[in-house]
Amino acid sequence: MSEGIGASVKRKEDKRFITGKGKYTDDIRMENQAYAAFVRSSHAHAEIQGIDASAAEGMSGVIAVLTGAQLTGDGIGNLICGWAISSKDGSPMNMGAWSALATEKVRYVGDAVAVVIAESKDEAQAAAEAVDVSYSELPVAASIVAALADGAPDIHENAPGNVIYDWELGDGDATEAALASAAHVTEMDITNNRLAPNAMEPRSAVATYDDAEDHYTLYSTSQNPHVARLVLSAFYQVAPEHKLRVIAPDVGGGFGSKIYIYPEEIVCLWASMKTRRSVKWTAERTESFLTDAHGRDHVTEARMGFDADGRIVGFKVSTKANFGAYMSLFSSAVPTYLYATLLSGTYDIPAIHCEVLACYTNTVPVDAYRGAGRPEASFVVERLMETAAREMGKDPAELRRVNFVKEFPYQTQVIMNYDSGDFEGNMNQAMEAADWAGFAARKAEAANRGRLRGIGMACYIEACGIAPSAAVGSLGAGVGLWESAEVRVNPVGTIEVLTGSHSHGQGHETTFAQVVAERFGVPLDSIQIVHGDTDKVQFGMGTYGSRSGPVGISAIVKACDKVEVKVRKIAAHLLECNPDELVLEDSQVKVPGTNKALGWHEVGLAAYTAHNLPADMEPGLKEGAFYDPENFTFPMGCFIAEVEIDPGTGKTDVVKFVASDDFGVIINPMIVEGQVHGGIAQGVGQALLEEMVYDESGQPVSGSYMDYTMPRAEDVPSFVVEHHNTRCATNPLGIKGCGEAGAIGSPPAVINAISDAIGNNDISMPATSAKVWAAIQASGTGMAAE
Amino acid sequence: MHSLNYHKASNASEAARLLSGTEDGKFLAGGQTLIPAMKTRLAAPSDLVDVSGAAELRGINVSGREVTIGAATTHAEVAANGELRNVCPSICDMAANIGDPAVRHRGTIGGSIANNDPAADYPAAMLALGATIKTVSREIAADDFFVGLFETALYDDELITSIGFTAPAAGAYAKFPNPASRYAMCGVFVAKGDGGVRVGVTGAGADGAFRAGDFEAALDGEFSAEALDGLSVRAEEMLSDIHGDGVYRANLVSVMARRAVAAAN
Ligand SMILES: Cc1cc2nc3c(=O)[nH]c(=O)nc-3n(C[C@H](O)[C@H](O)[C@H](O)COP(=O)(O)OP(=O)(O)OC[C@H]3O[C@@H](n4cnc5c(N)ncnc54)[C@H](O)[C@@H]3O)c2cc1C
Repeated sequence: MSEGIGASVKRKEDKRFITGKGKYTDDIRMENQAYAAFVRSSHAHAEIQGIDASAAEGMSGVIAVLTGAQLTGDGIGNLICGWAISSKDGSPMNMGAWSALATEKVRYVGDAVAVVIAESKDEAQAAAEAVDVSYSELPVAASIVAALADGAPDIHENAPGNVIYDWELGDGDATEAALASAAHVTEMDITNNRLAPNAMEPRSAVATYDDAEDHYTLYSTSQNPHVARLVLSAFYQVAPEHKLRVIAPDVGGGFGSKIYIYPEEIVCLWASMKTRRSVKWTAERTESFLTDAHGRDHVTEARMGFDADGRIVGFKVSTKANFGAYMSLFSSAVPTYLYATLLSGTYDIPAIHCEVLACYTNTVPVDAYRGAGRPEASFVVERLMETAAREMGKDPAELRRVNFVKEFPYQTQVIMNYDSGDFEGNMNQAMEAADWAGFAARKAEAANRGRLRGIGMACYIEACGIAPSAAVGSLGAGVGLWESAEVRVNPVGTIEVLTGSHSHGQGHETTFAQVVAERFGVPLDSIQIVHGDTDKVQFGMGTYGSRSGPVGISAIVKACDKVEVKVRKIAAHLLECNPDELVLEDSQVKVPGTNKALGWHEVGLAAYTAHNLPADMEPGLKEGAFYDPENFTFPMGCFIAEVEIDPGTGKTDVVKFVASDDFGVIINPMIVEGQVHGGIAQGVGQALLEEMVYDESGQPVSGSYMDYTMPRAEDVPSFVVEHHNTRCATNPLGIKGCGEAGAIGSPPAVINAISDAIGNNDISMPATSAKVWAAIQASGTGMAAE
Repeated sequence: MHSLNYHKASNASEAARLLSGTEDGKFLAGGQTLIPAMKTRLAAPSDLVDVSGAAELRGINVSGREVTIGAATTHAEVAANGELRNVCPSICDMAANIGDPAVRHRGTIGGSIANNDPAADYPAAMLALGATIKTVSREIAADDFFVGLFETALYDDELITSIGFTAPAAGAYAKFPNPASRYAMCGVFVAKGDGGVRVGVTGAGADGAFRAGDFEAALDGEFSAEALDGLSVRAEEMLSDIHGDGVYRANLVSVMARRAVAAAN
């Protein structure tokens, strides 16, 4: 069917997006709307000695200046991290208090201390500048090294030495023994650079309190409006759940940064009650850099041991993870269960041990960002594989081939159980598409032009569809990670699908509809996907971790199953046939080879008129389902990058990029390819360009686009995207997920290509021109001056 | 943005008069530097006197090898001017690579040099071309004009009216853009004129744009990339930031200078 699973239909939502008619949070205008502007700390670590709002209060348009003391006085709770991780010794993680408006101390540049509510945005900002906060500065620890150094200032009283937890996974003794017996051990120090998420749409909130109903409405840039409502209600005590409606309308990109509930949303809701005004806040780009949860920021020491045949015998990883000044909502899970569990990569590794030390620093909180833990894992594994191959004089592809997991299911030493895949198949496909064999000639040709050419591979694996609720519960998650759906067939046969997933660029309105169109044999246009409003949609868990396909769609399939049973019963009753004889196609429910047929709309009408239904059947045609996955899904792939480096300047151009992914069953190849393109561009950005830098005093150095380098179109080549798919064995449609893969597999491919080009394995991300040039000088691989 | 008074000047003297009557006013040309600074509340002038509509401040005049460019002439106009390209293609090419199309169609040569951003392209060109900066009251040689980071020889409220120079026999600009801002991390403008070779460097120097005297002397001897073999600027005098340290920038100066010379030949 041309509109069903496997069809590259154009995205239904794009008409409104490309004609400027999308409705984003900042487009919402309430009748009595006022504006919030936050007073933010310019110090990374300081005691608040006093807040003098008198000048600000007298300024034009100012409605109120509100502080943390009032907020806590009104019983608004502290922000929390919802995933409990314990240290090796069994002690719980050290979660420091995080008030939406700081009361005693500020802990990072941008920490909010007060808010001004005013008639206009300009008036609010002008008054915010006039709020006089007196600080007493404290020593600052703005990096992992500084935070863990002897004598470092304690950022939270209850986290001595700034340690949040000291966690481990795997068998330490077995791993050390394996490494001791290894014929070769590759050791590397690896940094995973800190990134700012940079969604195109900045965060925004519009909060309204209705005193007649004692009810709140929040429009918000959220990837998971129900989770937001739950947390705002249960933990922050803003309002009881049934008195709070959260709407996440069109959202312009999230990449994880819009999963979390931030101080600003809490404050806008509370301020709307205090002032009896709708309160709007939209981040300026500077505020996005200062306050959106950043991603990555790991430093790692890793050792991988091999036997004489090149088979991996053991893998030891010690990672320190920067959490920033407070524990963000899912921060604790990222460097643990989303990271260490992927350290087996695509390989059969008999012994793995990972230790993770999480620490506070005087920087903005760090949490999940596209890939969340898995890019960090993939980077460590694939950098070590490539470097080991060079050290042992083996072909990097062959070293991988020898070590691939080949039989499924495969139980790793780090919890995960891979259900399916053909890792060699993807590698072969990528090598062919990249003309791996012809590389030497291309390198020689580039050398004639004065360019250093290199090739690099990465065979990533990741875990999506997070995840079986009982499993994540046993690992400390505060929530279950199922998804919900409701499928409503209207009396005229059109269909609404209410999903707990949330689309912020992924194209759910198209792909989800394709699944239902194929299932019922009805036109795509007759299906509407409804999401993002807690008043319309049943409780759902939202979109992150590439879960909307494997989990969200699976819930829709389950609901469709139930609808189909009822449709068949009704049609069989009316057509006087057996329900199993019926087929659903071409907008009909019919018995093939006979003239027994009903229009799809006739079945809908019959269900709602209820004039002639089977005995004991309830009227209506609407079913709901909750789907709890039985396992993670494991997308994997082989990426090959080719770079050319200008030895005079160190500038790297990615000249060729091939991806061969295994995403399981693909619903819309065009949308999937777009996800891969975006992911690779983001990964190239991390590898070559992006870094959120703080100086020693905790001041952000790359807090604007003058210094924070986003990848541009000219920084990436035209990608070759191929697929070699194996069905996921654990969900109904066989979907694995594709949203993060590009960002997970590309950084190691690019860095491996650079280190190949310059003959120096010691190159860190972002591999800026300056760093690459310095590495060329160090390895002496530069060319004669031109 | 803070609120302010906006004035539109139709000629240079009106602009100067309008500005003198303000509390803390500023000239506005293309607004590509000033308006972003105002949006982030780093600048808050009481008044803006817009000079972009003053006809006498706009346009390019080429007479023989003598070039005059009005201060309010946009980068796009410089890039696209055929007469100018005939005598001095290097400045057209340089202007064609500033920022993006929107910036080039608003931003002006006068605004750029008045601002004297240490990473801006024009200062290197002005030094290499030995340009003269004309203001409402005087003429200033480029060598005396660029004083330091964001600092020029202009008095407060002194309006630049035009820029004049003699087109060199050969010249070229080689730029290594900052990856984030796309301003110059190092830009070297080489011009071989009647008075000898001049080499203007922007983006790299800790004190802003400068002339590379050793390079000029070597190139006066022989105008070829090889003539620069073994020559470099002092790393300690270069800028050092997250994009590259002084050693790297010193290398860029050498590499870009060689490329500019090669392109000029
Ligand atoms: C995205 C972006 C990218 C850019 N990339 C580059 C780049 O690659 N290379 C580069 O060189 N520049 C770059 N720029 C800067 C651009 O070239 C600006 O045009 C230039 O810096 C300022 O010129 P303007 O006409 O916009 O001046 P304005 O912003 O209007 O004014 C700047 C300053 O100059 C003063 N001024 C203006 N005209 C005069 C005058 N006639 N006499 C005296 N003072 C005056 C103003 O009062 C103000 O203080 C970029 C800018 C942006 C926004």
